[in-house]
Amino acid sequence: MIVADRKPIEEIIGYLKDHKNILVLGCNECVTVCEAGGKKEVGVLASALRMHARKEGKEVKIDEVTIERQCDREYLDEIRDSIDQYDAVVSLACGVGVQFTAEQYHSTPVYPGVNTCFMGATEKRGLWTERCQGCGQCILATTGSICPVARCAKRLFNGPCGGSTDGRCEINAEVDCAWQLIIDRLRALDRLDEYEKLCPIKDWSTDRAGGPRKVVREDVQQ
Amino acid sequence: MQYPTNLKIVRVPCTGKVDVIHIMRAFEKGADGVAVIGCLEGECHFNSGNLMARRRVEQAQKILDTIGIGGERARMYNLSSSEGPRFAQYATEITEKIKELGPNPIRISKNKAA
Repeated sequence: MIVADRKPIEEIIGYLKDHKNILVLGCNECVTVCEAGGKKEVGVLASALRMHARKEGKEVKIDEVTIERQCDREYLDEIRDSIDQYDAVVSLACGVGVQFTAEQYHSTPVYPGVNTCFMGATEKRGLWTERCQGCGQCILATTGSICPVARCAKRLFNGPCGGSTDGRCEINAEVDCAWQLIIDRLRALDRLDEYEKLCPIKDWSTDRAGGPRKVVREDVQQ
Repeated sequence: MQYPTNLKIVRVPCTGKVDVIHIMRAFEKGADGVAVIGCLEGECHFNSGNLMARRRVEQAQKILDTIGIGGERARMYNLSSSEGPRFAQYATEITEKIKELGPNPIRISKNKAA
């Protein structure tokens, strides 16, 4: 999922200082799982913003809505009838949601309420780590399902660099050496011969380096 | 056994039921302080509800500090349900503390505006 972290409340207060009718819009998917932008966090943020405004003597109306997700028009349409009463939206969705909401409602300022970080998984509650960087050409089949693009600091494709110590990367002792993990996994799967096969030069044009990307499926387009 | 009368008691089956939003709403509605009173640590009737409550009270304290209400207004207390006099003691303690801190800043602004 997309992992995000809550923005400091002071920063959000700064965005909203000239607004009087605010909608705090949450998302029921990734940001709910990483406890940054779901219904609960929307409630807490809205309450904090209301109290701060009242303390400053300001009259503000702050409403709370959480929709299924903010990256699909059908869910954003649910607020179409009520959006005009607000002069600002704080979207607690990932960067995608914030932008897409703004595209659907281009006359209302949409501010981000979380910092979007990476694509990752929940290792345990309160710990989310990066696993994928969306390079567009998945090679997990040859590396025992461990990604050297996301997890190797040098994004090496054909084995370790030799800088690791005790299975940890030389950049940071808390980071595992991806290639150590790959070799251990291939050994456990009894597929070390995969390691011997050379990975050809990668086509990076499908990575972000090639510019903003799209996926087109003509067979499902209407 | 006597304790201050200005304490409004909201009963919950376990402090584990109390979430950050409940504490926030209490202050939003004008409460000057919130005490979350649960079982002794290690003796929660439902295992670890009181431990979760403690974490949530700490989260709420941080947020209240950030927005200027003051995290010291929210506190967690642990006691056994048989310790009546201790409850009276905690009730008095929090009442004294809140009297020192003064009323909820929200209410001061509201009165000024009125």
